[in-house]
Amino acid sequence: MDWLFLAEVLLAGLGAGSLYALAGVAFVLIYKATRVINLAIGEILMLGGYVFFGAAAAWHLPAWIALPVAIVAGALVGAVVERLLIRPMLGESPISVFMVTIGLGSILAGAVQVIWGADPLRLPEFMPNTPIFIGDAYLAPKVAYGFVAAMLIIVAFALALRFTRSGVALQATAADQGAAYSVGINVSRVFSLSWIVACAIAAGAGVLVGAIGGISPTMGIFGLSVLVVVIVGGLDSMLGALVGGLLIGIVEAFSGTFLGGEYKFLITFSVLIVVLMLRPYGLFGRHEIERL
Amino acid sequence: MAAQNLLEIDNVEVVYSRTIQVLRGLSLVVPKGRIVALLGSNGAGKSTLLKAASNLLAIEDGAVTSGTIRFQGQDIAPLAPHMLVRQGLFHVMEGRRIFEDLTVEENLIASTFALAGRGLPAPSFDLVYAYFPALHERRRGLAGYLSGGEQQMLAIGRALIAQPSLILLDEPSLGLAPKLVEEIFTIIARINAEQGVSMLLVEQNAAVALAVAHEGYIMETGKLVIEGPVEKLVRDQDVREFYLGLGGAGGAKSYRDVKHYKRRKRWLS
Repeated sequence: MDWLFLAEVLLAGLGAGSLYALAGVAFVLIYKATRVINLAIGEILMLGGYVFFGAAAAWHLPAWIALPVAIVAGALVGAVVERLLIRPMLGESPISVFMVTIGLGSILAGAVQVIWGADPLRLPEFMPNTPIFIGDAYLAPKVAYGFVAAMLIIVAFALALRFTRSGVALQATAADQGAAYSVGINVSRVFSLSWIVACAIAAGAGVLVGAIGGISPTMGIFGLSVLVVVIVGGLDSMLGALVGGLLIGIVEAFSGTFLGGEYKFLITFSVLIVVLMLRPYGLFGRHEIERL
Repeated sequence: MAAQNLLEIDNVEVVYSRTIQVLRGLSLVVPKGRIVALLGSNGAGKSTLLKAASNLLAIEDGAVTSGTIRFQGQDIAPLAPHMLVRQGLFHVMEGRRIFEDLTVEENLIASTFALAGRGLPAPSFDLVYAYFPALHERRRGLAGYLSGGEQQMLAIGRALIAQPSLILLDEPSLGLAPKLVEEIFTIIARINAEQGVSMLLVEQNAAVALAVAHEGYIMETGKLVIEGPVEKLVRDQDVREFYLGLGGAGGAKSYRDVKHYKRRKRWLS
């Protein structure tokens, strides 16, 4: 057994997993605050990658401007989607809202294809590409920077959730909407802010994902892995998204390396089934019944 | 009129899910600075009335179908629930409804959202801890681990932080030991006297409610049946018998006589 090789696979898995975790956090944020299962998260992520591409490649903006542009675009999409598609669905059955997000995903994928075409594209290089070694193990620089960026965002977000007033408002809304209203929290504003922040995070994650693997209109598939991540971690748990993301990243890396790429989904979904059999609410989820 | 009455409920009807009528033409006023007790049996519609007054009905698919509710002379119908709180009407809901995953202190922080846009100074939690020293000891602990009595104290503490002019209190005695009930009601009376907060108090425990209230209403199946100052209510034969459990002579009544209940309860339609 070559330990160095194993370490490299593990590092690559952690790198990919950190991006799953980041997208998972975006998913969990929306679910926690509004109880909406947002299946369009993969497409919003894709949109972030494309907006970055448009800003950096077509308008020749430097990366440090293109990245905020992509994030702001994500935030705007979040605001518009919440206001026009999700809020009118308030009080409808969860399955209807769920279907709306599936439709939204298709619309976004179609729109991207109309604007930028169906071919996969490469994002302009914007991260330093000096090789990185951890001990003797080699790590692709993009993956390493992606990991660091994702972890920084997740930690900052977790701290904000725990230690700010807005974090308290979000947790209060998540726990008990009626009680949140009764203490003066503007619940519909919490809803809309959580969509805005989540979609901004997802768009940022899209830039990182696109920088590593390129962008294409089918990038929304990434959302499928994110769904596995959050179900494994527990739909409403930030910690679950983090642990689940890293776990699924590692599992995919090892199964891709040792069994071949075609087994990746087989293994991840097997992990999903096993976790659901042992812990139906995910590793860190709350014990609540949600029917879909 | 409007200057004296903080809350005016006028001929209100409430329907749930567009089909189930719960309140049938109910009117009630809460004068400034007073504690008004609203008594009645299970399912009479007491909690519904409070939710109608705090605009929290919509969350449970209920709606006021006729009549008006005015707070400080202003119709509350167009106000979102959080805006009503920010104008000084605080609803302490039935079952306490504290945020169990948050600490005691964070529960109080959540309540500071009620102060948004009112130009009030940042609140000190010391006021809450002065009334409820037990909460101070446990301020960093999760609210879910508090005892039932402490959770009720926290629920009332959250109301204090919001600096309301009117508190709607829904069954603060629910599930508490008699000694704790007494303690909490003593503090409720003190808050009313010291902070000048008016209260609309819903209770099943009539004796303790009438002990702190200035005025009382008694409702059954969606309608008011008796109303008046507390002194008058406690002299009323029916109230004594059916709500305070006292016989005609003032002594405790034997269960043997309860058979006459239905026949004697003359206000029942």
